[in-house]
Amino acid sequence: MSPAEVEDIKIPPIRNGTVIDHITDGQALNVLKILGVNENNIDSCISIGIHVTTNRSGEKWKDIVKLEDMELDPVTVSKIALIAPNATISIIRDYYVAEKYDVKLPEYVVGLVRCSNPNCITNKGEPVNPKFLVEANCPPKLRCVYCDRILQNISDNLM
Amino acid sequence: MDFTDKDLVSIRDLDREQIEYILDLSKKMVPYARGEKVKRALDGKIMANLFFEPSTRTKLSFESAAYRLGCDVIDVSEMSMTSIAKGETLADTIRMVDAYCDAIVLRHPYEGAARLAADVSSKPVINAGDGAGSHPTQMLLDLFTMKEVKGSLDGLNVALVGDLKYGRTVHTLAQALTMFGVKLTLVAPESLQMPQDIVDNLKAKGCNPVKTSVLEDAISDADVLYVTRIQRERFPDPAEYQKVAGTYRIDNATLRTAKKDMIIMHPLPRVNEIATEVDDTPHARYFEQAFNGVPVRMAILCALMGGEM
Repeated sequence: MSPAEVEDIKIPPIRNGTVIDHITDGQALNVLKILGVNENNIDSCISIGIHVTTNRSGEKWKDIVKLEDMELDPVTVSKIALIAPNATISIIRDYYVAEKYDVKLPEYVVGLVRCSNPNCITNKGEPVNPKFLVEANCPPKLRCVYCDRILQNISDNLM
Repeated sequence: MDFTDKDLVSIRDLDREQIEYILDLSKKMVPYARGEKVKRALDGKIMANLFFEPSTRTKLSFESAAYRLGCDVIDVSEMSMTSIAKGETLADTIRMVDAYCDAIVLRHPYEGAARLAADVSSKPVINAGDGAGSHPTQMLLDLFTMKEVKGSLDGLNVALVGDLKYGRTVHTLAQALTMFGVKLTLVAPESLQMPQDIVDNLKAKGCNPVKTSVLEDAISDADVLYVTRIQRERFPDPAEYQKVAGTYRIDNATLRTAKKDMIIMHPLPRVNEIATEVDDTPHARYFEQAFNGVPVRMAILCALMGGEM
């Protein structure tokens, strides 16, 4: 059996929905956090693979998430690039890949992650949504629009 | 060049052409700043001077600049005297002040406060220092001082000395100097060196600063020695402050190997970084630099508030 077939046994294929593949190892739960998907707001199955082997050159492990009966739009999934810049999104219809694209951050990231600078005005109880200018996509480099600092430890600062 | 109703929050709001425009306008302002000429270019306008952190030079020079242009001033000097002490947000305070004035000058202990103020205010907002963040008007008066004394900024050898980690002045100045092809030397104890993201930014703009902790390494080649105070109030741990306090002290003996026309600048206040004996040497330019705060801030107010000179 090929590694892909082995993976299919561990994480079964879905008939309809979204597959988020090549997530940075260990970030699958943060991907769900970014998408706002949890057991309370979805009626279908979520399959998660953590620390799964990958064939992609230069990488050994990845995470994968499969969301049944949910088609995520490109704007929503673009947020995933915050913590998994190499992820790919496949929209599955009747077991076939109907659409496939890479994640890409928008010009600005707003309201998804808080500034890592504790002295930034956005962390001081003001009515303001944290906003970051995306200076690089892979790895993501975000500059706070307010305090001008580069955001450190993105996954630790997800809102 | 039209600056009317723009904000001046960070170095990112300015390019080289805009900086040169402000510096040229500042030069025109010098006789007015000295009171040798009078022009009420901002007659009938009101500037709000909001200082939520202690300040002497910046606050007074903004007030002086406004009055020299015929602009009235309303001010707040302590957070405890405002509704912020009652729990009002800065955003609400700014919305209220916005209705009382034509421009807002803001100093605040939190980084990004001026950008937030600019977001909620319809009037020009001028950042007069936000925490350890930006201090763009200080940067402009520093550049003006260097240009006035040295004739040009291009290719100068500038050594920044002291607290390069917490000092907002040097963060902004270093980034501005890269626009003029300046060679930078960063003199600081390892624990107070320039933050890496700013160094990366300098490198991305083609400047490759030399880092050292030894002051003597930088003095003989420097055209400008820009000295800063190690700021006790920015240290989370007093023990860490004690480890580095008094690391650098410049006196006449230290300056033996300096170029004759090397200038010493300091944003002030100084504590003991520069011995008072240096004040009488031709190197000392820090009091001239403090005066330059007035013409430069006059230029900024005039440009942003639509004054005609």
